[in-house]
Amino acid sequence: MATALTTENLSRRRLSQGTRHTINGLLFASPWIVGLLAFWIYPTLASAYYSFTKYNGVRNPQWTGISNYVELFTNDSEFLDAVYNTVYFAVVSIPLAIIFAFGLALMLNAKIRAQVVYRTIYFLPTLVPEVALALVWLFIFTPHSGLIAAPFRAFGMRGPCWLTCAEWARPTLVLLALWIIGQQIILYLAGLQDVPQDLYDAADVDGANFLSKFRNVTVPILTPVIFFHLVTSVIGALNFFAIPYIMTGGTGFPANSTLFYSIYLYKNAFHYLVMGYASAMAWLLFVFTLVVTLLIWRSARLWVFYAGGEE
Amino acid sequence: MAVESSQLPPTLADDQSRRLLIKRVKGMVRSTLIHAGLIPAAFVFLLPFLWMLSTSLKPDVQFYSYPPVLIPSPLQWSNFPDAVTYITFFLYMRNTLSIAVLATVGVLISSSLVAYSLARIPWPGRNILFILTLATLMLPFQVTMIPLFIVFKNFGWVNSWLPLIVPHWFGGALYIFLLRQFFMTIPMELSEAARIDGASELKIYYSVLLPLSKPALATVAIFEFIARWRDYIGPLIYLSDQELYTLSLGIYEYQSQYGAEWGLLMAASVMITLPIILLFFFLQKTFVQGIALTGIKG
Repeated sequence: MATALTTENLSRRRLSQGTRHTINGLLFASPWIVGLLAFWIYPTLASAYYSFTKYNGVRNPQWTGISNYVELFTNDSEFLDAVYNTVYFAVVSIPLAIIFAFGLALMLNAKIRAQVVYRTIYFLPTLVPEVALALVWLFIFTPHSGLIAAPFRAFGMRGPCWLTCAEWARPTLVLLALWIIGQQIILYLAGLQDVPQDLYDAADVDGANFLSKFRNVTVPILTPVIFFHLVTSVIGALNFFAIPYIMTGGTGFPANSTLFYSIYLYKNAFHYLVMGYASAMAWLLFVFTLVVTLLIWRSARLWVFYAGGEE
Repeated sequence: MAVESSQLPPTLADDQSRRLLIKRVKGMVRSTLIHAGLIPAAFVFLLPFLWMLSTSLKPDVQFYSYPPVLIPSPLQWSNFPDAVTYITFFLYMRNTLSIAVLATVGVLISSSLVAYSLARIPWPGRNILFILTLATLMLPFQVTMIPLFIVFKNFGWVNSWLPLIVPHWFGGALYIFLLRQFFMTIPMELSEAARIDGASELKIYYSVLLPLSKPALATVAIFEFIARWRDYIGPLIYLSDQELYTLSLGIYEYQSQYGAEWGLLMAASVMITLPIILLFFFLQKTFVQGIALTGIKG
């Protein structure tokens, strides 16, 4: 700025600094650049290729065109069962999870005693190894003799068959998945604590009651959290694996009602060793996840409210 | 109300104290109602743990007794020593710990380096890299599962801990995102000043950024440790030798063709769960902040 000489000096220094930044940036990011290529990009492309082949993981893949995909939709009733179970699980469990997590966070947000204790208790199931949780539930939900049967027996009833019959197994798993919403409760709670108090004060001045404050202030401010919860839980629900797998050993018992998409995919890959077929399933799942996520994303402008006014 | 106030001297102070009293009563009613909602919910959330603990102290004959027994008598403490000898419990615990610690150390080092690059060094490709990083969060793990298995098989790594540890030394997308967001909140002037003093980027990373980021690093460490401690599908795919098993796989050995040893199984479950609950109890604040951080839009 001062003299031509220093400006020139500066610009030369900036140029070399720019190069230095690029080198440093690449060096610091290099573990992840390698990781991204080796553990994400290459496998994603490889599984796309496998999905068009017959491949048992030992011999070289043989190109078979789209026959895996055709087979899935035309000649595999287990696949259709798995799709149905997974969609059922997602459609029923996600709205319930949103309602329960939001509701509990609302109650926790009131300045009450023992808030930390409640929060800890609600969070516990998300910390426990899924194996331990699944086995305890299996024990509790033993029909007619488990803990869950006790209230029914008290009234002389037999109670539902829970995980042992097809019509109850799906709703039971939805119910069990609702135990694991501790993280979401904390997210909503953090969101609630960010609601500016003056919005409520203004509503009070206007004479708004509890319900209209909830509808017109709390919910709009929390829509970004609901949005985040929705997007992440779609992926989570479509990947539902460990708990049903542990409970049933992956058999899908009873009558394939607990055969979820991830379980069937895993069995195809590692039990039946039809890895091309399983890769086709994986890619269908990927495309489906992308489409659903994009739809939710596109819908966001209709219902998600950003306080800052911009994205 | 009107009658009451006419009996009392209508001073301003009195009026105020009555209003305070009404407010107090209202508050008490409200908090009672809230507790009436929260307590049953807490009971439901605690139920699996209570039943786990209760069963772990029961003799076999009481498992399915009706009406159910919550506090068994006598307490069968022997389930605990029996549980650790019935299977090689401590071996599995050591294996789980080894994998979790090694993966956590790796993810901390690599993710913080990458996050530093994305947040603190201005270089042309960094936005693309950041978008790719977020994109991997949308990718179902099944898509990469099979090719990765083939790659690790070709390396001769199947049936070893390496596939469960090594990938974590190359960074984790969620943690890179978290740490990047945190690093961005630290004033750039600190880096600029250090650069003018001639400090290298590595030095700035090590002696300026890391000391200021302890809470975020702690969050990453806890999240990763618990994720590895709970991991089920990783060991399921890669480990077949019993000596390498983690607790998630080893716990099956309480089940035999004659049925499950529920007392031992629950005692083991208590021992697996307890360390994590204690960890959470002492590090609550870090946890809560960390989860809140994941919800912040990038």
